[in-house]
Amino acid sequence: MDKFTRLSAIAAPLPMANIDTDMIIPQQYLKTIKRTGLGVSAFSNIRYHDDGSEREDFILNKPAYRKAEILIAGENFGCGSSREHAPWALKDFGLKCIIAPSFADIFYGNCFKNGLLPIKLPQETIDLLLDDASRGANAIITVDLENQEISGPDGGKVSFEIDPYRKHCLLNGLDDIGLTLEKKDKIKDFEAQKRLSQPWLFKD
Amino acid sequence: MTTNAKTLYDKLWQSHIVDVQEDGNCLIYIDRQIIHEVTSPQAFESLRAAGRTLAHPEAMLAVPDHNVPTSADRATAINAEDSQIQLDTLERNCKDFKVDYIPMMDARQGIVHIVGPEQGFTLPGMTIVCGDSHTSTHGAFGALAFGIGTSEVEHVMATQTLVLHKLKNMRVDVDGEVGKGVTAKDIALAIIGKIGTAGGTGHVIEFTGSAIRNLSMEGRMTLCNMSIEAGARSGIIAPDQTTFDYVMGRPQSPKGAAFEQAVAYWKTLPTDQGALYDKEIFLRGEDIVPQVTWGTSPENVLPITGIVPNPDDVTDKDRKIAMQRALDYMGLTAGQKLQDVKIDRVFVGSCTNGRIEDIRAVADVVRGKKVHDNVTAWVVPGSGLVKLQAEEEGLDKILRDAGFDWREPGCSMCLAMNADKLEPFERCASTSNRNFEGRQGQKGRTHLMSPAMAAAAAVTGHLTDVREL
Ligand code: SF4
Repeated sequence: MDKFTRLSAIAAPLPMANIDTDMIIPQQYLKTIKRTGLGVSAFSNIRYHDDGSEREDFILNKPAYRKAEILIAGENFGCGSSREHAPWALKDFGLKCIIAPSFADIFYGNCFKNGLLPIKLPQETIDLLLDDASRGANAIITVDLENQEISGPDGGKVSFEIDPYRKHCLLNGLDDIGLTLEKKDKIKDFEAQKRLSQPWLFKD
Repeated sequence: MTTNAKTLYDKLWQSHIVDVQEDGNCLIYIDRQIIHEVTSPQAFESLRAAGRTLAHPEAMLAVPDHNVPTSADRATAINAEDSQIQLDTLERNCKDFKVDYIPMMDARQGIVHIVGPEQGFTLPGMTIVCGDSHTSTHGAFGALAFGIGTSEVEHVMATQTLVLHKLKNMRVDVDGEVGKGVTAKDIALAIIGKIGTAGGTGHVIEFTGSAIRNLSMEGRMTLCNMSIEAGARSGIIAPDQTTFDYVMGRPQSPKGAAFEQAVAYWKTLPTDQGALYDKEIFLRGEDIVPQVTWGTSPENVLPITGIVPNPDDVTDKDRKIAMQRALDYMGLTAGQKLQDVKIDRVFVGSCTNGRIEDIRAVADVVRGKKVHDNVTAWVVPGSGLVKLQAEEEGLDKILRDAGFDWREPGCSMCLAMNADKLEPFERCASTSNRNFEGRQGQKGRTHLMSPAMAAAAAVTGHLTDVREL
């Protein structure tokens, strides 16, 4: 998995609430057996006209934000379907960090598995960042995961909370299956116990 | 008040802890995983690439559902190459990794969340996962069931565990008796209307109260299915005699003495007296009337007797904008009576309402009546077994006589991944679970409701209070 340590990038404001995963990547693009290639279809319903041309009013189509790597969004970001295609699409598009007042649980977890950093901040702080982000390419925002700190273009800093295990995996680009497999013996012991107490669960 | 009293969720959680990490996260044992064609290929691909194997292929069940055609000629009907690739990939992966696979043409095929319970693959007390958010459905059995992303699908495949943090306990209590024409779907929508689509975020919802206990297993599954629409990853209901009766005798459920032993264990699962919840919500069954959504989020819901709300009536700026956007998308005007809204299509089906009881409810409403001339109405059974049972009961005949299209099982127009979809601006009375923009087809307009309400709308051609039909 890709590491995430520190990122200085343009941030795009998309202050809509309840941006669901159907909106992030509509169902017609789910018929893939790969993780890559979904970036062009990210947000397609609000990003393109019916004829496939770009909508000028969509923030990520504006010249100042085409290279944005941070997205600042409204509450309950990523609600709806559990499709991991949503973080795959955002990542393939070039985004690396999503900042919002709240996230849907499954989406939030899926981000970490793909080297994408979701950051929860109170609405007042988001409002300040949205203000910064509205200045387009002139406003570089820096996200420092090690120190759990975001600095705005004017040097103001805010700190954020993050689960230490997830932070550790992201900082080091660790594959958590590998980490879990190190606990193989514990899993085996647990299974042995369970075979005794709930034998009906085991078919072999 | 005893301090060591536990909730159902606490018990399910604690009985699956393999390891507690220093940071407080837990390694949780997963008893069962169900997979389908859309969210599993990338997991198998990475597993192969890393040279890993499945920890317990026998604890998995695979069935294609999202992409399968639901027309009578389904065996030859897939015309999209990418759909065929996903279906073939699932079949090949299951063969390579020795996973129990139900092919599309098998009578048991259907939507994952309908097939699992039907086969007795879903049992109380288990942890069950699937790469699909409506896995919460299985919580109806008193199992901890939740949707996961593809990376987690792979993690379970390789280790039979997941790294999770414990969520909070929330109780939604619905006491009293619901009136005639009010179903589990109406209870679910009324709850979402009350707490909002983020109301359950970070929580597992346990549904309690006499209105819940009086629900059949089908109704309980409908309710738990929609918990994700209330923001909760899981919804659970304590197992009781209704649960045990449903489970008994299913192909994969325990038999004889093993069943008795299992029931004795399952009876220890319900929440202890005095256990504490972090959040509690109370509704009265008598207060719930048939519900219908008017917007593009399940929380945009109102009693069928209501009128389309006015964005000018809300003060919050963001909410006002969202509301106006929803009305524009849905082609509705503030102040319009919901019952006057004309519809073009009816979709009865999905993992929310594609079970036998749902089809019976539709047949009851339309018996001897006709689908309105301006309406195209479909019933898509949730599984082949549901379809067979409905046919044995003669329900298909009632529906066909009324003018319904009686189709083959699958997700169909719940998410429009195949030929089954709305045309732009078509308006649909749907028994599915999501009314997001484009969910049932680009620019399609969805009104969520119960099967009985959808049937009533099919007959009159507009949104209708089934109690008055
Ligand atoms: S019926 Fe709809 S909600 Fe249920 S699994 Fe299929 S697509 Fe998902």
